[in-house]
Amino acid sequence: MQAEQPIVEIRDIRKRFGNLEVLKGVDFSVREKEVVCLIGRSGSGKSTLLRCINLLERADSGTIRVFGEDILHTKDVNAYRAKVGMCFQQFNLFSNMNVLENCTKPQCMVLKRSKEEAREIALHRLDQVGMRGFAGADVRTISGGQKQRVAIARALCMDPKLMLFDEPTSALDPEMVGEVLNVMKDLAEKGLTMIVVTHEMNFARDVADRVVFMDQGKIEEEGTPEELFSHPKSPRTEAFLRSAANK
Amino acid sequence: MFIQNCYEILSKYGSSLLLGVRTTLIVALTGTAFGLILGLLVGGFRAAKLDLTAGAAAKFFKKLFDIVANIYITVFRGTPMMVQAVFLYYALLNVVHWDALTAAIVVISINTGAYMAEIVRSGIQAVDKGQTEAARSLGMSNAQCMFAVVLPQAIRNAFPAIGNELIVNIKDSSVLMIISITELMFQAKSIAGSTFHFTETYFIEAMIYLLLTSVASFVLNLIEKRMNRTATLTIPMSDTDPTNASLMRTSKED
Repeated sequence: MQAEQPIVEIRDIRKRFGNLEVLKGVDFSVREKEVVCLIGRSGSGKSTLLRCINLLERADSGTIRVFGEDILHTKDVNAYRAKVGMCFQQFNLFSNMNVLENCTKPQCMVLKRSKEEAREIALHRLDQVGMRGFAGADVRTISGGQKQRVAIARALCMDPKLMLFDEPTSALDPEMVGEVLNVMKDLAEKGLTMIVVTHEMNFARDVADRVVFMDQGKIEEEGTPEELFSHPKSPRTEAFLRSAANK
Repeated sequence: MFIQNCYEILSKYGSSLLLGVRTTLIVALTGTAFGLILGLLVGGFRAAKLDLTAGAAAKFFKKLFDIVANIYITVFRGTPMMVQAVFLYYALLNVVHWDALTAAIVVISINTGAYMAEIVRSGIQAVDKGQTEAARSLGMSNAQCMFAVVLPQAIRNAFPAIGNELIVNIKDSSVLMIISITELMFQAKSIAGSTFHFTETYFIEAMIYLLLTSVASFVLNLIEKRMNRTATLTIPMSDTDPTNASLMRTSKED
């Protein structure tokens, strides 16, 4: 590993929804080219942490520095978000556009690329996820795994320096999980910095550089996959891993 | 006897009935079109959410707009269009010196706008919020997200209700006879008054309305089918086999 600077630096962020405190002071950082998997039970705050990073949620307090920029006080939220790709559990492809338009329109609108340039980049990215042959397809007619791969291509079209994945395979039929995880693995190997909220323990074990276990709004334990999965220090981590293994 | 009377009315007053149809269609079509534009503006702003970073001034104007829009919708949905027509026509006659047809178009537009605003608002709110989140996560602004992603879907969802407003307007423009525009109801009433064949005249009038609404609903159905038609065609753009789902990429370079 070379000298890699932290891309994401989070200090003591807190977030509450009404009476429910979802994040209770989280410190978290990610270095360049690192793949970090966030694991934990539903409601442990991992999705909220991820959403705070691209400002879909606004942290109530604390600091979040991404690419050295204090994003809670950034002037141009949209320019910042364009640098951070995000994939959602429900894919969220634009249903009024076909596969290719899903990938080209955001480029033209946000990055002001020409139609031709956007199309070329989109086709390249669709190729990368194995969906080039579906460029003209209506997004309502393709399978869940294909939708998620298109969603990944769409995010990649913006040339993100950081990718966030919010349970990208949780809404998929079991036989489609693999195709999406393979694409993500491929991205990881190419050196993209990624933060992945996942319930796929095997993926976390194989692909992650670091695994972070969250529990009740805090980071309970973090370490390499080897440390965390084979020698968990916290009893809570151990209990979670045991219940996850029994599924 | 009945049929013969109908035939006579049609041959003698056919042109004035056609004039009535023309005026009815002008009022109904322009009223629906302007009403839709008004509804998109009012309903769009009402459903729009402010950015998390919005300042105090933006919040104040949004609040003010919501209150004004609410009053507008309550008043124009809560009073009969006939009353709106007479009141506004005479109240503004000395201010803007308008003719009855202009007044009729303005009244039906504002009236339709109130209904359209609610149709558009519920259409927007029915669009999955994941669509907005995806758009924003890609860096689109609030406005870009609204115009490129949310509104097209909202209009597609709300199209049956929007089309219904056109059909309602074809029929309900008849109440605008109260300000003496030469639409179908007004013409029929004049014809009935001069021929004394009330039953026959109003029968013909009813049939014409039925024909107009049937044609309108046929055309609306066609448009709706077109909008919902899924583009199932898959354009082969490379030698990638689309059926091979496990194939991840064909190019190794990045």
